Formats: sequence, C-alpha cells, structure tokens
Amino acid sequence: MDKADSLNDYIKIKNLEFGYENRMIFHDLDLNIKKGSITAIMGPSGTGKSTLLKLITGQVAPNRGEVFVDGKNIAKASRKEMLNLRKKMGMLFQNNALFTDLSVFDNVAYPIREHSNYSELMIRDIVLMKLNAVGLRGACDLFPEELSGGMARRVSLARAVALDPDLIIYDEPFTGQDPISKGILVQLIKLLNDILGITTVIVSHDVPETLSIADYAYLISDGTIVESGDSDTLNYSKNPHVEQFMHGLPDGAIPFHYPAPDYKTQILSEELYGYR
Amino acid sequence: MVIDNVRKIGQNSLTFCYNLGSAMLMLLRAIFYIPSFKKELFLVIKQFFNIGILSLPIILSSAFFIGMVLGLQGYTTLSKYGATESVGQLIALSLVRELGPVVGALLFAGRAGSALTAEIAHMKTTEQLTSLELMGIDPIYRVISTRFWAGFFSMPILILIFNVVAIFGGYVVTVKWLHLDGGTFWSNMQSSVNFYDDTFNGIIKSIVFGFMVMWVALYQGINARPTAEGISYATTRTVVLSSLTILFLDFILTAIMFGGLS
Repeated sequence: MDKADSLNDYIKIKNLEFGYENRMIFHDLDLNIKKGSITAIMGPSGTGKSTLLKLITGQVAPNRGEVFVDGKNIAKASRKEMLNLRKKMGMLFQNNALFTDLSVFDNVAYPIREHSNYSELMIRDIVLMKLNAVGLRGACDLFPEELSGGMARRVSLARAVALDPDLIIYDEPFTGQDPISKGILVQLIKLLNDILGITTVIVSHDVPETLSIADYAYLISDGTIVESGDSDTLNYSKNPHVEQFMHGLPDGAIPFHYPAPDYKTQILSEELYGYR
Repeated sequence: MVIDNVRKIGQNSLTFCYNLGSAMLMLLRAIFYIPSFKKELFLVIKQFFNIGILSLPIILSSAFFIGMVLGLQGYTTLSKYGATESVGQLIALSLVRELGPVVGALLFAGRAGSALTAEIAHMKTTEQLTSLELMGIDPIYRVISTRFWAGFFSMPILILIFNVVAIFGGYVVTVKWLHLDGGTFWSNMQSSVNFYDDTFNGIIKSIVFGFMVMWVALYQGINARPTAEGISYATTRTVVLSSLTILFLDFILTAIMFGGLS
C-alpha cells in the first residue's frame, strides 16, 4: 500500500507476549498500524482480539514486549500521560456503552464538556454537526433505550469522534447490525478516515465488510499473526488458518472439536456428568 | 485434605487483604478528590437528590411508626410503675442515642446503598466505566467521588429528620391517643436530653454509619463481576456487609460514648 507506506506508524507492537495466569493469549506478536490508514485486525472469536484492544488502550499491560502508541510506551506511561493519550483516542464499543442516564445530545456533548471550556452555544454546534454526520441530528432528544441497535451504534460513533481524535478503534462494529446499518457503518468509517485522516483500527470477523475498506489487514490465530497484507493477499493465501477463516470452512487448521478425550472411550465409560 | 483446607484459609485471607487494600485505595482517591465547583457541583446535587431526597419516604414513614411503637410500649410498661410521665424521656433518649442512627442507617443501606451498588455495577457491566476511562476521565472522580460526598452529607440530615419525626410519632400516640399530659411529655424530655451527650453523639454515629455505608456500597459496585449474577451478588453483599458493619460499629461507639470507656 503506497498510501500507508509513506506515513509513520501510529501504533507499533513489538514482540508482544500476554496471558492470564493459566492461559497464554498472545506470543511473538508484531503489528504496525500506519498513521492515517484503515487497518483491520481479524480472527476467529476467542483469539483475544478484544484483549489486543485493551493492550493498545492501556487497560492491561503486556507480560513482555512493548506497545507504542503515538511514540509513547503505553505500559510505562504515568496515569496523567495515559489520560492525555486517551483524549486523542476514540473507541466504538461492541455494546456501544452509551451513558443510559443522558440523552443522545448529552452523550455526544459529554467528552467535549469534560475536556474543553467551550461555551454551550459552541458545544451545541459541534454536537449537532457530529450528529448530522451520522444522520441522527433529529434524534438528539431521545434516550439510549429509545434507539434501535443501528442508531445506538451511530450515536456511539458520533461520541467517539466528538473530540476529533487522532485514532479511532472499532470493536466489532458490524456485529448484530442489519444489512442497511452495515452499509451505513462501512460508509461512515471510510468517510471519517478519508476526510479527517483519522487512523482507524477495525477489529472484526465480518470479512467482506471489513476488507472492502481496509488498507491493510492482520489475521490473528493461535495467539499470533498468521497472515498480513491487503485484501488480495488474505483472499488468496495458502496458509490453512487463513483459508479456513476467509472461506468459513467448519473444520480445518482451527478444529471443529474443542479438545476432548477419545469419543469412544468417553461414551463407553461409566463416568457421570452434570448436576446430580 | 488438611493441606487443602490450610491452603484455602491462606487463599481466602489473601483475597480479603487484597479487597480491603483496593477498597482503601478507592476510598482515599475518592476522598482526596474535592469535586471541582464548575463541573461536579451539578453532579453532586443530582446525587443528593437520588440518595437523600428519594430516601425520604421510607425514612419518614418508618420513623413515624417506630416512634408510635416506642410510645405505646413505653407507656404500657411505665404505667405498671406509675411512671408514665417519663415516657417522653424514654422516647427521646432511645431515639437520639440508638434507634435513630442505627435504624436510619439500616434503612439507608437497604434503600440507597443497594441502589448505588446496582447502578455502578450495571455501569461497569455495560462498559460505561471503561468508556469514561477511555475518554480520559477517571471514573473514580466522576462517578464514585460525587456519590460518596452526596451520601456522606445526606446521612446525618436524614437521621436528624428521622429523630424529629419519630418523636412526633411518640407524641401522637402518648399525648393525643393515650391522653398523657402534653406539658409533662415535653418538659421531661427537655430536662433529660443533653445536646452534647445525646444529640451530638447520635450525629457522630450517623456520620460514621453514612461513611461506612457509602464505602461498602461504592466498592461493591465497582468491584462487582460484570454479569447479571455478579450484580445481584454485589447488591446483596452491600446490604449484608453494611448492616453488619453498622451494628458492630454501633456497639463500639456506644461503648466509647456511653459506656464510660472514654
């Protein structure tokens, strides 16, 4: 990708190793995200994609290796540096995470009110502009529980870009959306990246939607990157992990069966399970 | 077997110490953050409404009934000794020293404490707390601290209201219903209740209880497991733990204030 190559890395992950007490999630993971690009991180569910986002946003610290965001090692940042760094990040949560006690308008206005000294009049203009961009200016008096799933996601998107961040992270943006909402979201993500030049990270397992806008994609499986490149590289990859994921094959490198004892032995044994 | 049990004891005490430590850290950060006038005053007032004003109905009605029961019980028992004129003194002293702060705090824990825990645990479950943090806003300041101060200051006020209404309840039963002389009722009360020894000590109790209830409720909320089950567990724990803490601390405080320990 020429566009991406000419720019610097906004996020750089080197030799990452991370796991909980008895479960290793990532090992030897290297990943670079170029400034101003759209980068997709894909992989089957349960591979720790959301954990990777937590590492990037500094919610958890790696066991080994380094995570640099905008040139700063996020694990070594002080609390204040971290909060400052996060002001430049926007995040779209899987379940939207809208504040349920605030209206749509106040939800979008919240980060602006917190981090600026703008007058209410100015905040009103900014919020209406953001809401107009996602097509929900008319819904500004509604409350989160009155929104449909697609609308809630768009409000959440408007809130994520309220402070004009340098980086925006989408955690499974297409999950649970109807085809129209998916189309709208794809278009919005692309538009925000094109117009504002926001570095964009999409974590998703919706292959066609994600690849249609991604400049570069990483595929994670078994705790490390198994393939990376543009959409063609992934589509025609001969790596069994990648092939299985891209074409949705039920069995293959990632087995259909969760590790279990031998079928015949278990059925014929007299061992009992469950509540009794 | 034995080794397993010993290990379990060790593990539980470690968890206990860990929880106590992180609860203390949360408390310290919440306390040493004085809400800024411009941004958080409005939030504190809103919480004052949620925690204080909305607790008034239960506080007022239970206070009235408790006062009435005290009046009735006191009157029938004292009449055996021909000492019915002391019933005002009995009602006032038992209320301002013990029943007001303790019963009020138990009700407060059940009404406001459980609501706070459920609210914060739900915010955690729906990632609202994470999203605050990712906006560069510390949830301890914005969510915990505002609620803490609102609850801390509402508690003594609620208890004072509780005492007044309960004494009025006792007055209604003994004077209006059982025809005790109103002048005797009030003057006996006035001469036997000392502001510093009785009322003020009661207020101190209510401040301590309010502090504990808020601490337990907020920590249980922020420490809840982010599942439906976790929320219900945390809410139950708030009520159980704060009730036990209130009763235990009441004994300690009573021993210091009235038991001649000081």
